[in-house]
Amino acid sequence: MDPRRDPRGALVRPYAVTRGRTEPLQNIALEAVLSSTPTQSAEARFAGHDKYRISSVCEGRAQSLAEIAAYTRMPLGVTRVLVADMVAEGLLTLHTAAPATGFAARMNLLGRVLSGLREL
Amino acid sequence: MDFANYDPDGVNRGREIISAKIVIAGGFGVGKTTLVGAISEIQPLTTEALMTAAGVGIDDASKVPGKETTTVAMDFGRITMAEDLILYLFGTPGQTRFWFMWDEIIRGAVGAAVLVDTRRITDAFAPLDYFENRKLPYVVALNRFGDAPHYELEEVREALAISPDVPMVLCDARQRDSVKQVLVTVVEHAMLRLQAEHGYPASVG
Repeated sequence: MDPRRDPRGALVRPYAVTRGRTEPLQNIALEAVLSSTPTQSAEARFAGHDKYRISSVCEGRAQSLAEIAAYTRMPLGVTRVLVADMVAEGLLTLHTAAPATGFAARMNLLGRVLSGLREL
Repeated sequence: MDFANYDPDGVNRGREIISAKIVIAGGFGVGKTTLVGAISEIQPLTTEALMTAAGVGIDDASKVPGKETTTVAMDFGRITMAEDLILYLFGTPGQTRFWFMWDEIIRGAVGAAVLVDTRRITDAFAPLDYFENRKLPYVVALNRFGDAPHYELEEVREALAISPDVPMVLCDARQRDSVKQVLVTVVEHAMLRLQAEHGYPASVG
């Protein structure tokens, strides 16, 4: 039997690395950026294979959740669960995505993006 | 050499990095990934989301025997603008049966560009409908393919019943400068919308 046709196996297999958990501790945005310091990566070595891979991707270059999923070739939902765990465990630093509220803060961000684009 | 101090992106200095996102929407094969690739500093990447096929485009999942996982792929690119500012460009999945993924992709976005191919203009109806019913500022970018029939922007506006307050631009999704202009239009429009919402006269400084 094709495992993809097995209703018991269909979702369980991709989420095996999260021990079957499909709900992340916090819902991290696709574009939210994560980074790892050398100290954090050293600790991540003992956190298991998948978490160490994630940590390695973020070392020296901040990466979004979407980039982490793409580089590790893990499905987005699985990556989100693991990354949220790592943030809670102090193995990754989560940076804020674009401010959603506050006129001045949003205008300031839009202005920076606009000048960034014009300078390209 | 002491690598302990090697920190090209400022990652280790505890600096907060802000990311912003612009969504590139449109029908299947309209050139979204080409557009992203024309300006992204990295080769467009693909991230995949899994879901059970039972939940895709069907209201009553009980009528579906057994579950199968389906993969929805979205392509995206990155422009690092400063040590503390990264812009991401996310393409929406082309197939309209993956609408629910669009909600996640547009959440928190600066704005969107809906890419239209004049050879298959009716493919734009569904994406335009989607944005008409959302709060996100969007512009319409007419992608000019070499052999495509030539239409004036206003003809397309009329054909697709695009509201007069939605900016329209012509573009060539393969050309970096043209793509840059599309993105500038999105951000300018987002700024005007935000100012209007807060009672400011329309002007972008």
